[in-house]
Amino acid sequence: MMRNKADNKNIKAALTIATAALLGGNSTVSAETVNSTDDSAWEFDSAFLFYSEADRVSASEAIFNAKKTFEDDEVLNLKLTVDALTGASANGAVAQPNVQTFTRPSGNGQYDVAPGDTPLDDTFRDTRVQINGQWTQTVADDLTASGGVHLSKEYDYLSLGINGNLAIDFDRKNTTFSLGFSYFQDTFTPEGGIPKPFASMLIGDSSDPGWDEEFAKTRIGSEDDKTTTDILLGITQVINRRMIMQFNYSYSMVDGYLTDPFKIMTVVDNDGLAQDYVYESRPDSRVKQSFYAQSLYHFDTTVLDVSYRYMWDDWEITSHTIDSRFRIPLSDSFGTESYLQPHFRFYQQGAADFYRPFMMENDPKPAFASADYRIGEMTAYTLGIKYGRLINNGHELSFRLEYYRQTPTDAGFDEPGVLKEVELYPSIDAIIAQVTYSF
Amino acid sequence: MNIMNKAKVVLLISLSITASGCSSLGVEPWERDLLSKKEMTLTASPIDSALDDHIYFSKEASSGGKGFGGGGCGCN
Repeated sequence: MMRNKADNKNIKAALTIATAALLGGNSTVSAETVNSTDDSAWEFDSAFLFYSEADRVSASEAIFNAKKTFEDDEVLNLKLTVDALTGASANGAVAQPNVQTFTRPSGNGQYDVAPGDTPLDDTFRDTRVQINGQWTQTVADDLTASGGVHLSKEYDYLSLGINGNLAIDFDRKNTTFSLGFSYFQDTFTPEGGIPKPFASMLIGDSSDPGWDEEFAKTRIGSEDDKTTTDILLGITQVINRRMIMQFNYSYSMVDGYLTDPFKIMTVVDNDGLAQDYVYESRPDSRVKQSFYAQSLYHFDTTVLDVSYRYMWDDWEITSHTIDSRFRIPLSDSFGTESYLQPHFRFYQQGAADFYRPFMMENDPKPAFASADYRIGEMTAYTLGIKYGRLINNGHELSFRLEYYRQTPTDAGFDEPGVLKEVELYPSIDAIIAQVTYSF
Repeated sequence: MNIMNKAKVVLLISLSITASGCSSLGVEPWERDLLSKKEMTLTASPIDSALDDHIYFSKEASSGGKGFGGGGCGCN
């Protein structure tokens, strides 16, 4: 036990030096000086998550978070996130009774989809690195200010963001009003460029000499961008010794390129047979609003955490989210504390006004259209369990295992001919597994 | 518009309950034994929240609410 304790301290000391060096602080700081200062000044969280959909995408994500609390309760938080994604993703087209051939988003090569199968593009592969920094401090009695920066980089995507938050305490700190603001600037440089809205997907031999020229006619540029501005208003209220509540209102404006350049739609005839595949097109602005309420209640030993969110936007999407966790401490054994925490989440959304699972050949062309099931009508739920164990020095090790199921539903679209025979709204099942170590 | 108005009403009601109830709500500083526990903080596990937000942001049409729901990745 003593050896373990010493090892843990050394790891923490080494990480403290490494973090200080990264911050550009005095890199000659020695292990002795770190050990002699307050050992609780730095807190580290590390986590690894694995997400896997049956027959589709799988993702691995690692987070490392370092938090330092200074003498005047100033808090510096630094977070590094790395994730990798591989696998197949729905391209937006509908299943057909025959083999279908599609061109990859890059324009280099084709892929075939078997009869009756939902068309999936299996070329998705991406690695992302994200860095966040946040500084929080008291600026006056009962007034706390916080500011942060965000950077996220993928092969084909760059996101830069800033945020600020002010919180004012009232009534013996039982009531807190907060006002937050965040701004993101994102640039998308998809491989193969930005497709022309509603242009037909070019299908043929990509090694043909005239291919590149023909493919370029379906493109309007190499990159595009979008900005996101969020305003968040919140109230936190202590109800009594056992209960605390929070209410938030948020307003979010997104402007710019909101289309998914990898998504297409099937154009069918009156028999439901595919005649063409066209690139989707979404409006270049979206205003989202939401109301969020959360309540925590401490029973004798257990804690119940329940939240509800209602979201609505000017694409006519509305959604309800209920998220709940129940923490059950397990009886102390050998001086260690542990808990179990079941998790249940329910989500239901309505479709965007321009969502449609496919287009009819003879219908007039709409201003906007997308067959992306993620903006269609859908119900989803998550069932999970977390086991956490406090080990020596206040370190915590936890495991989380969850099952997530998405069930897209029919919002009342007619299904001509062969489309009655195929699955237009396939469900998606995913497993989420996570290990977290805090020290 | 109807939905927006409804949400505003819900928000106003909850705000007024919070504001008008202030005299009877809340605790004295020495009654914060339970509230000061880590599991009673509004975001008890920021790591879990960050990972969940990323999953649901990329798989559903909604984001944010508890915190900022803005940009961040090309996953949506």
